[in-house]
Amino acid sequence: MLEVAELHAHYGRAHILAGVSLSVAAGEVVVLLGRNGAGKSTTLKAIMGLVRPSGGRVRLAGRDIAGREPFEIARLGLGYVPEERRIFTGLTVMENLEVGRRPPPPGRPAWTPERVFALFPSLAGLRDRPGGRMSGGEQQMLAIARTLMGNPRLILLDEPSEGLAPVVLERLAQAIQELKAEGLAILLSEQNLHFARLVSDRASIIEKGRIRWAGGMAALMEAPEIRRRYLAL
Amino acid sequence: MAENLLLQALSGLASASSLFLVAAGLTVIFGVTRIVNFAHGSLYMLGAYLAWTLVTALPRGPLGFWGGVLGAALLVGLIGVLVEVLLLRRIYRAPELFQLLATFGVVLIVQDLALLVWGPQDLLGPRAPGLRGSVEILGLRFPLYDLFLIAVGPAVLGLLLLLFHRTRWGTLVRAATQDREMVGALGVNQRLLFTSVFFLGACLAGLGGALQLPRESVNLHMDLAIIVEAFVVVVVGGLGSLVGAFLAALLIGELHAFGILVFPRITLVLVFLVMAVVLVLRPHGLLGRPPEAPPAGAGGAEPPLRPAPPALRRLGAAALAAAVLLPPFADAYALSVLTEMAIFVLFAASLHFIMGPGGMASFGHAAYFGLGAYAAALLAKWAAAPMAAGLLLAPFAAGLFGLLFGWFCVRLSGVYAAMLTLAFAQIAWSVAFQWVEVTGGDNGILGVWPDAWAADPLAYYYLTLAFCLGATLLLRRVLHAPFGYALRAQRDSPLRAEALGVDAFQVRWLAFSLAALAAGIAGGFFAYAKGSVFPTALSIPRSVDALLMVLLGGVRTLSGPIVGAIAFTGLQEQLMRLVELWRLALGAVIVALVLFFPQGLAGAARAAYERRHGPAGA
Repeated sequence: MLEVAELHAHYGRAHILAGVSLSVAAGEVVVLLGRNGAGKSTTLKAIMGLVRPSGGRVRLAGRDIAGREPFEIARLGLGYVPEERRIFTGLTVMENLEVGRRPPPPGRPAWTPERVFALFPSLAGLRDRPGGRMSGGEQQMLAIARTLMGNPRLILLDEPSEGLAPVVLERLAQAIQELKAEGLAILLSEQNLHFARLVSDRASIIEKGRIRWAGGMAALMEAPEIRRRYLAL
Repeated sequence: MAENLLLQALSGLASASSLFLVAAGLTVIFGVTRIVNFAHGSLYMLGAYLAWTLVTALPRGPLGFWGGVLGAALLVGLIGVLVEVLLLRRIYRAPELFQLLATFGVVLIVQDLALLVWGPQDLLGPRAPGLRGSVEILGLRFPLYDLFLIAVGPAVLGLLLLLFHRTRWGTLVRAATQDREMVGALGVNQRLLFTSVFFLGACLAGLGGALQLPRESVNLHMDLAIIVEAFVVVVVGGLGSLVGAFLAALLIGELHAFGILVFPRITLVLVFLVMAVVLVLRPHGLLGRPPEAPPAGAGGAEPPLRPAPPALRRLGAAALAAAVLLPPFADAYALSVLTEMAIFVLFAASLHFIMGPGGMASFGHAAYFGLGAYAAALLAKWAAAPMAAGLLLAPFAAGLFGLLFGWFCVRLSGVYAAMLTLAFAQIAWSVAFQWVEVTGGDNGILGVWPDAWAADPLAYYYLTLAFCLGATLLLRRVLHAPFGYALRAQRDSPLRAEALGVDAFQVRWLAFSLAALAAGIAGGFFAYAKGSVFPTALSIPRSVDALLMVLLGGVRTLSGPIVGAIAFTGLQEQLMRLVELWRLALGAVIVALVLFFPQGLAGAARAAYERRHGPAGA
């Protein structure tokens, strides 16, 4: 579904990504783990076209997307949920969903507000609530729901667990599993190993802009020295 | 009396409508694209001219008239699209002042094009069929057409609110107003959205102009007259807020209507005073909200100042030597140009001081230049003081007003700060323009000639060169003193600078006042060089001149304003002498500059030099 090879990115003169390679298959959940500043968010932004890659290849369903504009990449089936959620605070929940709405690829059922509310029941009662007057957990769910309305094939989830209460996290993990069951591929970045473990099939560990380790989630849980070297604070 | 007041109020409402149409377009465009479109007044003027052409060409009658008005609005919309696609689309990520300048270039171009097409004389349009008469209100006659206009404002507001809240397009626009990058990441083509927003905004301006046709003559001064008021309306209402713009348009319309009755002498000042008061009490306007997040990717970190490469130093030394050694062989005309160059070098350097290292936007720097000039001239005229006294008073007067105005301006940032500086400059200009007894109004103050010991143009040139160059070098010295470090630190990160014990407000305030003082020196010398002072010394075009000099040279280099002032003075002098349509040429130069040399001449030269020789000082 998604293949990233030797991706490079710069902020000014700073070399942030130094050749990141990873892949996500259809219906698979892959987590990008790493410490603060390792390049997790930048990897997702570079895939989405929000940071212009300075080198490397990004292929989505066989098509080259590196260097294209974010709106074109979104239209090719990539969804993006930013770390800060970036809800339109002046718009209601329904209006936020409307901004994300795009027609589905032929032959696939479209996401509708009703289907989204079935996935996140707590949003159903807030249809006319302005985005700025919601809790962090509700905003996170709305951010995912808004992206789903574009009927993506794969979504990039940037640190969804950040700042959320354990109960909300559990609900979020459940939703991700439901999405996976429907065949949606997900690439998420995380620092929260516990949450990552609940939802992911495979993991890639990034440090200083390079992938240092990649393998199954189970293998990572059985390799404490890897976790200590790259993830421990 | 009561019925007179009512009629005055109604006529205020009628003029508020057109103002609202223009301001609504401006505020909608700003909301999404973050561009303050100086050319919006030009679109308004084009709306009036095109409506005149269409209405007089089409068969008489309601269909011809209203068809002409609507056709003009649509045509202006298309012109707006052209401007957006050809120019603005390329500079959405440029700093605010570049955008403001680029659209000012469009203003100049449109002025000369309109002059070419429609000629210099005022044009009178027909009156609106069916609305020619007047109605009787409390025994007084009131034009029907004005009643119609009163209804247009709220009707357009209602339609716009419906458009923005009931359609998908409107929802996308509101979302983009908050976070355009996120809207793009959700699959919305921003280009199309921006262009369509620009079309709508331009249509509104065109409609506003076209609807003025039965009320007043169409002329070449409509553009700047309305744009300044529309700025005030948009800023008072809160940038991006339609309802705010409507309320502010009513406020300004009524202020005009009643200001004439109560304070006929200070009508112009009144509007800007209200704006200043509103901005001080509510820095983001009546209904405006502070921006939630700084626009991503805009500007970015400023590179540190670096020592000039040796080649540039040699060039600078050569230029200085030429400035000192050559003038004895120059004729009177060349001497006057050289004197002007020296004055403008200081003027530009003082603006650069707050803009570049200070990171503050000023769109009204001419205020301090003009205040210096007026201080010197007024002292000469009313106290018959010697030249030295006038030249001494100039920086003090300008610096004092810098302290006063700066105290308000440096609290705001970005567009709001630029608009507030513009407002104060306009207040100063209005006083000079309207206080005829003291300032002579439009006729200016004449006979401000240097004392006998400096009457010789060569002597005056050397005097000017010594003081202006000295002050410029002092400003540069300040930038490399601890105060300069603090100034640059607060520009790059106010929060971190504060954490290090830098009082950002005080640093900005002092820098602003110092720049005003320096501009005052330049103004004083300017008054004695010209022998006269006119309100143009503190007008918007003069402020734009200063901005052009700084941007022409480049904001990010210290030599920029010097190179820019010399290049600009020379260029303008030649253009005005040789080219009849000098506005068109100057506008084209501005636009080209912003598009192709966003780093300015000195910046581009440095980049080229470093490509060949590697970074200087590294």
